[in-house]
Amino acid sequence: MEGFLATVDVYRTAIGQTLFMSLVSMVVSGVLGLALGIALYATRPGNLMGSRVVFGVLGVVVNVVRPIPFVIFLAAVTPLQLAVVGTTVGTNAVTFAIALAAAFAVSRIVEQSLVGVDPGVVEAARAAGASRLGILLGVVVPEGLGPLVLGYTFVFVGIVDMSAQAGLVGGGGLGDYAITYGSQRYDYGIVYVSVATIIVIVQVGQLVGNRIARGVLRR
Amino acid sequence: MADSIVRLGSVTKHYVRAGAKTVTAVDDVDLDVTEGEVLAVIGYSGAGKSTLVRLVNALERPTSGTVTVAGQDLTTLSERDLRLARRKIGMIFQQFNLFRSRTVAGNVAYPLKVAGVAKAERDARVAELLDFVGLLDRAHAHPEQLSGGQKQRVGIARALATNPPLLLADEATSALDPETTAEVLSLLRRVNRELGVTVMVITHEMDAVRQIADRVAVMDAGRVVEHGDVYDVFSTPRTAAAKRFVRSALHDRPDAETLRRLRGRHPGRLVSVSVTDEPGLQQRIDAAFADAGVRTELVHGGVAELRERRIGSLTYETTGSPAAVDAALQALRAHGIRTEEEV
Repeated sequence: MEGFLATVDVYRTAIGQTLFMSLVSMVVSGVLGLALGIALYATRPGNLMGSRVVFGVLGVVVNVVRPIPFVIFLAAVTPLQLAVVGTTVGTNAVTFAIALAAAFAVSRIVEQSLVGVDPGVVEAARAAGASRLGILLGVVVPEGLGPLVLGYTFVFVGIVDMSAQAGLVGGGGLGDYAITYGSQRYDYGIVYVSVATIIVIVQVGQLVGNRIARGVLRR
Repeated sequence: MADSIVRLGSVTKHYVRAGAKTVTAVDDVDLDVTEGEVLAVIGYSGAGKSTLVRLVNALERPTSGTVTVAGQDLTTLSERDLRLARRKIGMIFQQFNLFRSRTVAGNVAYPLKVAGVAKAERDARVAELLDFVGLLDRAHAHPEQLSGGQKQRVGIARALATNPPLLLADEATSALDPETTAEVLSLLRRVNRELGVTVMVITHEMDAVRQIADRVAVMDAGRVVEHGDVYDVFSTPRTAAAKRFVRSALHDRPDAETLRRLRGRHPGRLVSVSVTDEPGLQQRIDAAFADAGVRTELVHGGVAELRERRIGSLTYETTGSPAAVDAALQALRAHGIRTEEEV
């Protein structure tokens, strides 16, 4: 336990870094993924902006990026990191990578949630004379909000997981802490403290997500 | 003759599905809806009714033909102008299609929001509409807290929000129990009578036709095979499709199964006589059979009221020589009474 006590400052910083990486990439990927997911939903053949071509292209792009393991994605994304963040190491660079990777996962979850929305309400909105964009943002997204929130919660867990891998490129955070101060020094106390902390973060995230979803679904 | 608010000219709608053959949902339909009337479009499921009504507010575009609403040809309009045109056409649905993410008031306010009506005016109009449909006290409830009938009343309030002169009802009562159906139909009638809204009802339910329709159009396999005054179409259906529908709606003629059972018990010739609003009809029927020396036994039938007039059919088993029965039927026809032998 003395290993942990000696590095408690590093531990505190690591928690801050993990939360920073998770929350910032959650917000950024949430917005990007929402846009991409809405586009996937809207261009699905037969839907509001049905287009076999656009839907097909978007689908392929998402399917190409999504299955790449995050560790490899981190390596592959370096040119983009350099261009956008200016560096390939550190918390900011990793946050960018996480946000990008997660956006593609979010897009599928958004698409799934929206496909579940009753087409009847879309028809009712069309009959009322609403524009297509107005229907997407004003009817489809609010109607699919319950599953959307649960989907976002699911993604949050994945993002915390990704943030732990950031340690590999000096991104900091609890994963970095567990490897550098824990496993590499054979101090498993530190590994377990890190694991426990991540579990707590995930639990809190899940709890908040469930609460919000329940509020939205009124159940 | 009042003006037409809807005029369909040679409208055809094909659905092309990859790998499947083209489906003709609406086939060369000419149909007028007169301002101020309630027109019921009837027919079995798959007859093309739902597609037809969606052509009227351009949720579906016709493959060919013209759709004119309030003097405007919708087929020539851009998507943008179409949205403006749709605000003048209300629509209600079988499954209500209320927004679950909005309250009752929020649902009714939606078309007003879309039309850019200011908040204060919107609130006043929502209250007025909810009062009209009797749901003012449920303004802040969410749709899932309402019964089916209440949901449809919200649907009606929402459809009328922008004061449209035309309301389309797509099987609006088919998901409701008989009592609630009557309640919603009487509300639709008020919409027509008190607000002067022209109503186009798509239905396969006789009750809906009987309670509110002025005119009826019968659809079969994408075509309007018959249309006219409700009583005329129901009392003297000309096409096979209309006959079949009227028969199943009024339940006054024996179906094949019933007929088979009747024959088992009644060996004589079975004759169905149409019941119309003609005064003294029963005496005439009785006299015609009696004069020919034919004895009769009433074995099946039904008499109902349609638009305050009598309608139905009575099926008799006749006992007498073939010549005598023929003479009796001849006499009935001479009086303008329609008869049909059940075979």
